[in-house]
Amino acid sequence: MRPQWFAGAAFAVIGLIFTSSEIRAQNADRSPSVNAVRPAMSGGFTPTIGLVLSGLYTRTSRDPATYRLPGLMTSPDVGLGPGTRSFGLGDSELLLGGNADAWISGYARLGLDPSGEVEIEEAVVQSTALGHGLNVKAGRFFSGIGYLNPLHPHEWDFVDNPLAYQALLGTQYNDDGVSVRWVAPTTQFIELGAEIGRGRSFPAGGNAGNGAGMSSFSAHTGGDIGESHSWRAGVSMLNTKALDQAWQAHAGDGQTQSNQFSGKTRTWVLDAVWKWAPDGNYARKYFKLQGEYLSSRHDGQLTLDPTAGDAAGQFGQRNSGWYVQSIYQFMPRWRVGLRVDRMSLSTFDTPLADQIAGPNGGRARRESVMVDFSPSEFSRLRVQLAQDRSRPGELDHQFFVQYLVSFGAHGAHRY
Amino acid sequence: MMTRTRFAALALCLCVAPAQAALNVLACEPEWAALAKEIGGALIETNSATTAMQDPHHIQARPSLIARARNADLIICTGAELEIGWLPILLQQSGNAKIQPGQPGYLMAADSVRMLEVPERVDRSAGDVHASGNPHIQTDPRNFQGVAAALAERLQQIDVAHRDQYEHAHQDFKQRWAQALERWHARGAPLHGVAVVSQHKAFAYLYDWLGLKEVAVLEPKPGIEPTASHLRAVVDALKRTPAKMVLYASYQDPRPSQWLSDNANLPAVKVPFTVGGSDTAKDLFTLFDDTLERLIAALAPR
Repeated sequence: MRPQWFAGAAFAVIGLIFTSSEIRAQNADRSPSVNAVRPAMSGGFTPTIGLVLSGLYTRTSRDPATYRLPGLMTSPDVGLGPGTRSFGLGDSELLLGGNADAWISGYARLGLDPSGEVEIEEAVVQSTALGHGLNVKAGRFFSGIGYLNPLHPHEWDFVDNPLAYQALLGTQYNDDGVSVRWVAPTTQFIELGAEIGRGRSFPAGGNAGNGAGMSSFSAHTGGDIGESHSWRAGVSMLNTKALDQAWQAHAGDGQTQSNQFSGKTRTWVLDAVWKWAPDGNYARKYFKLQGEYLSSRHDGQLTLDPTAGDAAGQFGQRNSGWYVQSIYQFMPRWRVGLRVDRMSLSTFDTPLADQIAGPNGGRARRESVMVDFSPSEFSRLRVQLAQDRSRPGELDHQFFVQYLVSFGAHGAHRY
Repeated sequence: MMTRTRFAALALCLCVAPAQAALNVLACEPEWAALAKEIGGALIETNSATTAMQDPHHIQARPSLIARARNADLIICTGAELEIGWLPILLQQSGNAKIQPGQPGYLMAADSVRMLEVPERVDRSAGDVHASGNPHIQTDPRNFQGVAAALAERLQQIDVAHRDQYEHAHQDFKQRWAQALERWHARGAPLHGVAVVSQHKAFAYLYDWLGLKEVAVLEPKPGIEPTASHLRAVVDALKRTPAKMVLYASYQDPRPSQWLSDNANLPAVKVPFTVGGSDTAKDLFTLFDDTLERLIAALAPR
């Protein structure tokens, strides 16, 4: 009798279609004779270890502490804007992973926060032997919604994420929970995904019950057009619950109003990416065009800051944003990129609208250009310029220099 | 609700063709697809994830490849970290248990080959070195004997009903290959001991087979594009130890080799490198026929 390898109802259902006859011990067939000793880094019992070190120099014409999107109330945990000025550590991370047995693999990505804290960005155990196109994972992970959300900061083509991701998903939505993905047995790529989770970060938060505070669904398809073109497109929906979540509103005079939101948020993400490389050879030259549209609808109850009257009432707001970006590798090791960002925040749908600090509704825009140079596959140096027109008044000129260097395991990157 | 779901499922089935019924073999590179065709014949459906015009190290784990991996019964790749930037994610995202490491459907050709240039010390300051050795094993036809045997064994294991047919096809291939090896050995004799320059360290096995001597490499470090200063250093070095030709693979930028050809007055040879790398390299046999003819043609006085 095969031992019960995973607890939990979702896993038990999946376990029924688990065909044990197909399972053999990992690496059982590896011929040990012909190859020299493999270094510990690429297998054996030592987990795969990878380290990404990143550093950043930031120069902005306006103080990042005053960064706002007009008409956006949001959790103070959400890191909006260009971060801190001058030199700083970027998103450095440590990756550990490997196969636990013939059925389960896992990995953890620890984000080394510039302030000195270690943050668990991802800690995942996942199935390797379910078959039938199924992948199940549990733990903490970046949600599979959209195109950019599951990508790690060192895989981004720009220093920062688009405004819509920052404002509507708290830069990147990650959660503790279970994810199931299924690839259809068709010649056309079709992938469906569903996730449930605790709801640990913005736009979710404050879950105190036994149930899930987050659920998401996504569908992606894609393919090739000839040898030189490939594409992927999809639609995703993220449902989140918030309970007594702190939402800050900012008055023009710098005063902060700390309100609270309880309710539901539904976020839709449409994503598309198209890549071109002559003869499909990405080593020399390629072009990548990607765009996403995000739209969030909050519905619930808003309680105003006690200092502003402690009033409570129904609250609704619909915020949306999009970005389009293109990356062109015009010669080996050199790439240029252009990104256009837009955000639109609706007026507050609440009887309390007059009492909320700051502008009621608004728009934001930003344009960014970047150039990066990769001395090797394992290092990259990037310069980025941006003009941010989010705050009223004069625009913010932003300038970044970033390095990204990876050590150890040769990471395999997503499409 | 139920009928709506069923209708949706039916509509989905109608608009996208389901995968093939024949044994589905996904090869990472064209040479393994060609080998699978030799041994699997009509019993298998095979295609390659990459073409001869693509650097197999720089491939995107794109949606079409995930769909192909999802439906594969067997995946045959070079291994030795050549596909490390995309194969692990492809296997993981495919959700296909049959082709995971350790399964009969997961075959790495390098595991059946005596590896060359296995580094004693692995350090990335030496460039993109592969800990298990030089992965470009397909440039020596002798390496196909071991891989063919391993592949035949796996096909027989996965598709038991057609054991005899695979065995027969393998024996037939073995015999034809042995004859071809003899022919190529005789044809390649004039190349023995000839000094050559490589654009990338991609031909270690070819040199080992034909007895060619590599006296310089255009890439300063493996995987690092040739720089102007390094190219000039190569030209100077060639004045002391002259070479007869410079070799580059079909997927590589011809310009560094062309530049050397013009500046050091030696012929640049585009090696097909894999099946499809030249108009004549249509299968494994013509791949080596063409490779030899191109090298021998370069020996002729300019």
